[in-house]
Amino acid sequence: MIDLFAFDFMQNALFASVLVSVICGVIGTLIVINRMVFIAGGIAHGSYGGIGLALYFGIAPMLGASLFALFLGLVIAYITHQNSTRIDSLIGVIWAFGMALGIVMTDLTPGYNVDLMSYLFGAILSVSNEDIYGMSGVFVLVLAFALLFYKQLLAMSFDAQFAKLRGVNITLLYFGLVLMTALGVIIVIRAVGLILVIALLTIPPYIAEKMTNSMGSMMLISSLLSVLFCVIGLIISSFFNLSAGASIIMIGSISFFIQFLYSKWRT
Amino acid sequence: MQNDIEINNLFFSYDGTSVLEDITLQYNSKDFLAIIGPNGGGKSTLLKMMIGLLKPLHGEVLLFGKNPLHVSHEIAYVPQDTIANKDFPIKVLDVVLMGRLSKSKFFAPYSKEDYAIAYEMLDKVGMKGFENQKINALSGGQRQRVFIARALACDAKIIFLDEPTASIDTAGQMNMFQLLKTLNKTVGIVIVSHDVNVALNYATKVAHVNKTLYLHDVSKEESFALAQNPKEHICPIELICARRCNHLHKELL
Repeated sequence: MIDLFAFDFMQNALFASVLVSVICGVIGTLIVINRMVFIAGGIAHGSYGGIGLALYFGIAPMLGASLFALFLGLVIAYITHQNSTRIDSLIGVIWAFGMALGIVMTDLTPGYNVDLMSYLFGAILSVSNEDIYGMSGVFVLVLAFALLFYKQLLAMSFDAQFAKLRGVNITLLYFGLVLMTALGVIIVIRAVGLILVIALLTIPPYIAEKMTNSMGSMMLISSLLSVLFCVIGLIISSFFNLSAGASIIMIGSISFFIQFLYSKWRT
Repeated sequence: MQNDIEINNLFFSYDGTSVLEDITLQYNSKDFLAIIGPNGGGKSTLLKMMIGLLKPLHGEVLLFGKNPLHVSHEIAYVPQDTIANKDFPIKVLDVVLMGRLSKSKFFAPYSKEDYAIAYEMLDKVGMKGFENQKINALSGGQRQRVFIARALACDAKIIFLDEPTASIDTAGQMNMFQLLKTLNKTVGIVIVSHDVNVALNYATKVAHVNKTLYLHDVSKEESFALAQNPKEHICPIELICARRCNHLHKELL
């Protein structure tokens, strides 16, 4: 097993796993306690439109996806912040529109030869150094956001009206949170793909939430769990020659079911 | 003298349906004001307008003579006990610390002084020793006490409470109102309640809101005077039908 991690690509994958896991732990915790899972799903799937556009115009797919995800994040933050009715339907439309746009744009791209499967199911074993730089950038942004605004984020998540009366700029903070979610989602897509991104964002925080009574330690525990899932998933995938992203999520899902049954059995 | 809350000819409607009409009210923080009335009568709406969470359609609301949102650091709000987020990972102490948000530095963690105040306020509401409990492990009544401690930690001049006893048993309700009554010696209390007994036993002013507002004074000296004069009194019927009751009370004669 030590041999396995002697390979460069494996070391990159491992390093990427840690970066992705911390991003997942922090952003995933905020998504779960703010009940924004569906918003994250909308951004993740909608960002496929960005990949299609990037292929068509010949720019880097991940850059296209990031910009498009940020744009969708702004739209969704605006819609949800207005408290309009049928928010879930509107997000559903954005979700489907992005995917359709992505498919149409790749159809229109002459002789496309990019491995789209890697965006759908992730390609953590082939992360490049550039990917690592991008991930590190988002890692720093997300950590800075969570640390600097910890008090305000906690107050908004727990009781937004009270936070507003205490002078917290809820609008700005909420937009910030959705944009951080968009960036986080894009990074996680690189690891496990846009189909599975929701699992890595929600399973670790869901399990962690049961084990703690503070938001900070929930972030820490979910990051550690996420690292654990990624490492075990990577090892299993290389031993049995399985997809890395799907193996990671399988480990996470099995842990989720064990934890779920355990808590049911205990009560 | 300037009133702490001054509402003049206020109108409000939700999507064209009129909810409040021509409301006028003065309040000073020495009073314990109960806003009562039927469901859908506009009680909570009026409260939210007093603290600036909603804007009136016509008319004005002045809090300490200013726009409510500009003085929101001077007041505190205790919402209805509706935590849908059952597993929210937060300790009692961290909830109370939220009251220090506008007083503490923006980027820094809470200071020692903030912690000291949080402990003091928990003691004041009888929740000492619960600091490290998860908020959702508490009963409804205990949770409301924590929210009151959070409001006290704000250094507020008036505390607004929206149906704070909706999910509490009768004994718990009496404790809660006794606590509020004690607190009223130093801070203003404005409470929305559907419970007429509260209004009769604890409030010094009762505003009956059902689209329009009818204000009853039940301050101590006056209630004595009222008792002397059968034509000038306050009785439960008045509170329910929101107008002066003119029948004779035999027990007062």
